[in-house]
Amino acid sequence: MFAYYLDLALRSLKRTPVLSALMVLAIGLGIGASMTMLTVLHVMTGDPLPGRSGMLYAPMIDARPLARGGSGQRVEEDSPDGFTWPDAANLLRARGADRQAAMSAGQVVVRPPAGDSHPFFERGEFATADFFAMFDAPFRAGAGWTAAQDDAHARVVVLNGELARKLFGNGSGVGRTVRLNDADFRVIGVLDDWRPQPAFYQQASGRVFGAADQVFLPLRTALDLKFHFTGHLSCWGSGGDDRQSDHCAWLQFWAQLGSVAKADAYRTFLAGYWRDQQTHGRLPRAEHAQLFGLMDWLAHEKVIPGDVRMQLWLALGFLFVCMVNITALLLAKFLRRSGEISVRRAMGARRRDIFIQLGIESALIGVSGGALGLLIAQAGLWSVRQRPEGYARLAQMDPSMLFGTLALAIAASLLAGLLPAWRACHVAPALQLKTP
Amino acid sequence: MQVRPILATLHHHKLTTLLLLLQVAFTCAIVCNVVFMIAQRVAQMRSPSGVAENELVTIDSFDLQEAGNSIARHEADLAALRAIPGVRAAAAVDALPFNGNSWGNGIATIAQGPSRLVATAFDGSPGELDALGLHLVAGRDFLPEEYISVDSEHGYAGIDRVPAAIVTRALAQRLFPGQNPLGKSIYPGNSPARIVGVVDHLQQPTVSAGNDNENSTLFPMRLDTRDVEYVLRTAPAQRQRVLKDAAAVLDRLDGDRILQDPQTFEQLRADYFRRDRTMIGLLVASACGLLFVTALGITGLASFWVQQRTRTIGVRRALGATRGDILRYFQTENFLIVTFGIVPGIVLAVAINLTLMRYYELPHLPLLYLPVGAIALWALGQLAVLHPALRAAAVPPVVATRTV
Repeated sequence: MFAYYLDLALRSLKRTPVLSALMVLAIGLGIGASMTMLTVLHVMTGDPLPGRSGMLYAPMIDARPLARGGSGQRVEEDSPDGFTWPDAANLLRARGADRQAAMSAGQVVVRPPAGDSHPFFERGEFATADFFAMFDAPFRAGAGWTAAQDDAHARVVVLNGELARKLFGNGSGVGRTVRLNDADFRVIGVLDDWRPQPAFYQQASGRVFGAADQVFLPLRTALDLKFHFTGHLSCWGSGGDDRQSDHCAWLQFWAQLGSVAKADAYRTFLAGYWRDQQTHGRLPRAEHAQLFGLMDWLAHEKVIPGDVRMQLWLALGFLFVCMVNITALLLAKFLRRSGEISVRRAMGARRRDIFIQLGIESALIGVSGGALGLLIAQAGLWSVRQRPEGYARLAQMDPSMLFGTLALAIAASLLAGLLPAWRACHVAPALQLKTP
Repeated sequence: MQVRPILATLHHHKLTTLLLLLQVAFTCAIVCNVVFMIAQRVAQMRSPSGVAENELVTIDSFDLQEAGNSIARHEADLAALRAIPGVRAAAAVDALPFNGNSWGNGIATIAQGPSRLVATAFDGSPGELDALGLHLVAGRDFLPEEYISVDSEHGYAGIDRVPAAIVTRALAQRLFPGQNPLGKSIYPGNSPARIVGVVDHLQQPTVSAGNDNENSTLFPMRLDTRDVEYVLRTAPAQRQRVLKDAAAVLDRLDGDRILQDPQTFEQLRADYFRRDRTMIGLLVASACGLLFVTALGITGLASFWVQQRTRTIGVRRALGATRGDILRYFQTENFLIVTFGIVPGIVLAVAINLTLMRYYELPHLPLLYLPVGAIALWALGQLAVLHPALRAAAVPPVVATRTV
C-alpha cells in the first residue's frame, strides 16, 4: 500500500513540477537558514569547560559610588566593569572558596631570544596563582606559579603551546628565559594549547571567541612592572586612574566552589564582606552581592553578539512564513482533488487511508526540502566560516545538530502537511459525486 | 467591481485564505522591520566622521625603548614624517573616529559637580586639527602655550590640569543648550578647561546605535606614551605611497619599535563596519527571500484556484463576462486578500519593532514605513497574480459546455 501511495504522490507532484520544485526550494531555504543560525548559536553557547564549569562562580561586588539622582541624571542600572584591586585582594586573602583567582587581560611585547626576529605583541592574561588549577588548564610541561611567587612579584611566565613552539621550537622551553616588555621572565610551564571557547574568564567583548591567550603571568608582577592591561577600566571620583586604587573597577574574579552548599555559604560570605566594608566607609551602595554560575555569567554578560540572535530570529521567521506558504499551497492542491478523494471515499477508502495517502505526498515534499535544507545549511555554515569574526571557525555541524536538522525538516513538513491532509480527508463521499 | 461574490468565494475557501492572510501579514511585518534596520545601519555607516576621510593615512608606532622622553621622540618622528613629499600635515594622536581606542571622561560644568555625560578625549600634538582636517566653526585652534603632557606616568593626570578644550557642536549643544559655548568652562578632571573652539563634527572611536556618537572633546595634551598613532594628511592619490614611505622613514629613524596597522582612514572605516555590511547583506537576503516566497504562494494558490474554477469561468464567459471582467475578478480577489493581510501585518510590524526596541538599540519604526510596506505588498500581489489571472481570462466560453 505504501508503494502505491508513494507512486500516487509522485504522480501528483509531477503534474505540477514547477510548483512542487518551488515548494521544496522554499522549505529547503527556510530549514537551511534556520539550521545555519541554530548551529552558530549552538556552538557559541557551548560549555567552555565541560566537567568543571559547574563548580566555577563569578562573584560581583559593586564598588561604585551611589548613582547621583540629580536633575536629568539617569540612574545607572548596568553592572560594574569588574572588581577593584582592594576588593579582589581582600577576597583572595579571605580564601572563602576552594580556589579563587583575580585576573585581567593584557598585552606584552615578546622579544624572541634568538634576537634576529622582530619583537611582536602577544595577548595574555595576568592572573593569581589558582588560575590554572581552578580552570583545570592542561600543562604540557612544568606547572603554574604558587601564591608565594604571587606575593614575591616573581618574574615567571606560563606560555601556551603556540607561542612556546614559536619561541623554542619543539623543546619544552621550561627553564628558558623570555624577555617580555623590558623584563626577563623564566618560563615555568607550557600549556597544551589550552583554548576554552568562549574565553569565559575575560571581560565580555568581541574577543572572547577566536584566538587563544598565549602568555600568562602573575598579576602582581604585571602591576609592579606597569604592564599594559587591556579591556575596560572605569574609574570614578577624581583620584586619577591608578589600577590599585579603590575607585577603579577592572578585574575579573573567579571562585571554585565544589557544592551548592559551598556556593550558598560563599554568597553569605560575600554579603558579610560587603557590610563589613561599609563599616569602614567603603562600598556605599546597598549590599547586593551576586554570585553567578559560569553559564549564567556568560548569559548575564551577553557574550553572544546581538546580531547573531537577530539572524536566528530572522531565519526562524523566514521558516515560519515558508511553512505557512506550503500549508496553504498543499491545502489548495488537495482540495482541488476533492472529486478524486470523494470517489475513493465512496469506493470504501477510509479517512485514514486518504490521510495517509496525502500525508505521504506532504512528507515527500518535506523530506526533499529537508535534504535540500541540509545542503543549504552546510553552504551557510561554510559562508559563516569565511567571516572574519572570532566565532566563525567554530561554525561546524556536530552529529547532534545534524540529527536536529533532519528532525526539524521532518517536523516542519509534517506540520505543514498534516493540516491539509486532515482537512482533505474530511471531504464527504456522496456530496462530491452529485455534481459532474 | 463586484466585491460581494468574491468575498463569498473566499468564505468558501476560509482556511486557505486565512493561511495566505497570515503569510502576507508576517511578510509585511518582518519586511517593514528589516528594511528599517537596513536603513538604520546604512545611516550609521554613512555618518560623518568630521575628519578629511579620503586624505588621511595612519600608522601605529610602539616604542620599544625603555624610559626616555617620548614626547621628544614623537616630535622627531613627526618632523621626519612631515618631510615626506606630499605630506601636508602630520600629528601624533591617541584616538580617531572608528579606531575603537576610547578614553572617556565624565564632564561636569561646575567645579566638583556631577558629571553630565561621558565624552571621549582626543589628545595629540600641535597641528592635530589641521592634520585631521577638522572644520572649526567657531573660536580658534589651541595656542602653543596651552599644550601640556597627558602625564601617563601618573594616571593620566594631565586631564586635571588641561587649560583649554575644543568640543563638537553636538556636545556644546548638549552641555550648554542655546548658549554660546565659547569661553565656557568644562570639568573633565579637577580643574576647568575653557572651551576655545567648536568643530562641526568629530565622531567617537566607537559608535553605538544611539545618537551620542559626537561626545568628543579635543585637549591640548601631548602624548608621553610609548604607543602612539601617527596621522598623515596627503592628496588622495598619494596615500598608498605615503604609507609605504612613512613606514620606511620611521623604521630608518629608529628601528627599535613595532609598527602596526598602516592603513588609510577609509580602510579603518571599512573594517569598523565590516560586521554591519555582513548584517546588511543578510537582512537584504532575508527580505528578498520572504517576498519571493510570498509571491510564490500567491501565484501558486491563484493557479490552483484558476484550474479549480475553469468551468465556472467558462460559464461566466458564456453568460457575457468579458476577458477583462475575469482578469479584474482575480486581481480584485488578490487585492482583497493582501489588504486583509496588511492590516494585521501593520499591527504586527509595530509589535515586532517594540519588542526589538527592548533588546536592541533601535528607535521607533517611523510610521512612513507602514504605508510604503503596504504599497510594496499590493504591488507584489498584483504582479504575482497577473500570470494566473491572464490564464483565467484566456479560458474560452466553450468550456462551459464540456463535462468533466
